[in-house]
Amino acid sequence: MQITLKLFATFRNGRFKIAEQELPEGTDVRAVVLSLGLTEEEIGIVMINGRHGGLDQALKQNDTLSLFPLVGGG
Amino acid sequence: MDEVLSFLKSSLRDGLLPWSAQDSAARQFTLRYAEVEKIALENGLFPARYQRNRNMISTEEQLRLFNSRIAVIGCGGLGGYVIEELARLGVGQIVAIDPDIFEEHNLNRQILSYPAILGMPKVYAALERASQINPAVTVTAVQDSFCVMNGFELLAGCQVAVDALDSISYRLELAEVCNIAGIPMVHGAIGGWYGHVATQFPGETTVQQIYRHWVAGKGIEQQLGNPAFTPAVVASLEVAEVCKILLGKGELLRNRKLSIDLLAMEIHEISYAPAPAASVELVVHAA
Repeated sequence: MQITLKLFATFRNGRFKIAEQELPEGTDVRAVVLSLGLTEEEIGIVMINGRHGGLDQALKQNDTLSLFPLVGGG
Repeated sequence: MDEVLSFLKSSLRDGLLPWSAQDSAARQFTLRYAEVEKIALENGLFPARYQRNRNMISTEEQLRLFNSRIAVIGCGGLGGYVIEELARLGVGQIVAIDPDIFEEHNLNRQILSYPAILGMPKVYAALERASQINPAVTVTAVQDSFCVMNGFELLAGCQVAVDALDSISYRLELAEVCNIAGIPMVHGAIGGWYGHVATQFPGETTVQQIYRHWVAGKGIEQQLGNPAFTPAVVASLEVAEVCKILLGKGELLRNRKLSIDLLAMEIHEISYAPAPAASVELVVHAA
């Protein structure tokens, strides 16, 4: 299946803003995160098709996955 | 009181009450600046210091702001700007909460800090600054960490709690206390070029959803630090939300979050599922 992967803020460094990815059917968000060399602890927001999503969520054909890093300062 | 009112009325210039008259009234009648401002606003006299608020904020609304009590949790990067703007806006009571003292690494961004104040508690700087900006504002300085234990007492009587914390765990405690206490919370967080803002009303769980993947520690601010401008941007968005909550106008950031990237100059909106409590209520109504 093909998905669109969008990266935000520091996740873009050394990677990309947006990319099409070919993934095995049923791949979950966590697997995508790890394939980028990111850890779960670095993840702030997971968005699937514009809605808040989870790491365990399985992706579907034509999904748009957006990943934002954790931001907590004041 | 009639005497004070006629003094104030006779001091109007072009329909506005000059600060010099508020000052004279306070001295002449031995009143606190807050008391003078209350008398003025309750009688439809618009202080000249707020004249540029006008047409955006009416005299009645300015009185509502004056009668409001807002808790600002954290007086560092975000909190300093939040307090500055609330005081200028004319919010009458500010509860400033922070356990820390100023350190040198605060100077690049925290508006309440300057070299001569290093080593002093941040909340005293907040009190000092607000009273210089707007003597009619009453600041309650609390040099303590906000937590579930003291939270309810600290938020008592407040209409809104502003999250200006730098810790995710304390932030989640604030969200919990606000929920139980029935107080809206304006959430802001920053790290480097990035930040976000959201508003959560009692029963909503946006903040908990934002940090649902969080396990421990800090976010990207740990590596990136924070520059001068990011706290100013996010704090200003937070104050705009506070102002709208108090005046009951505009569209709030409820069930959505603005994510701000000042490096790419992008703003993204992220939607969150409305609180489960709301749907439960709907079911009850339907039955």
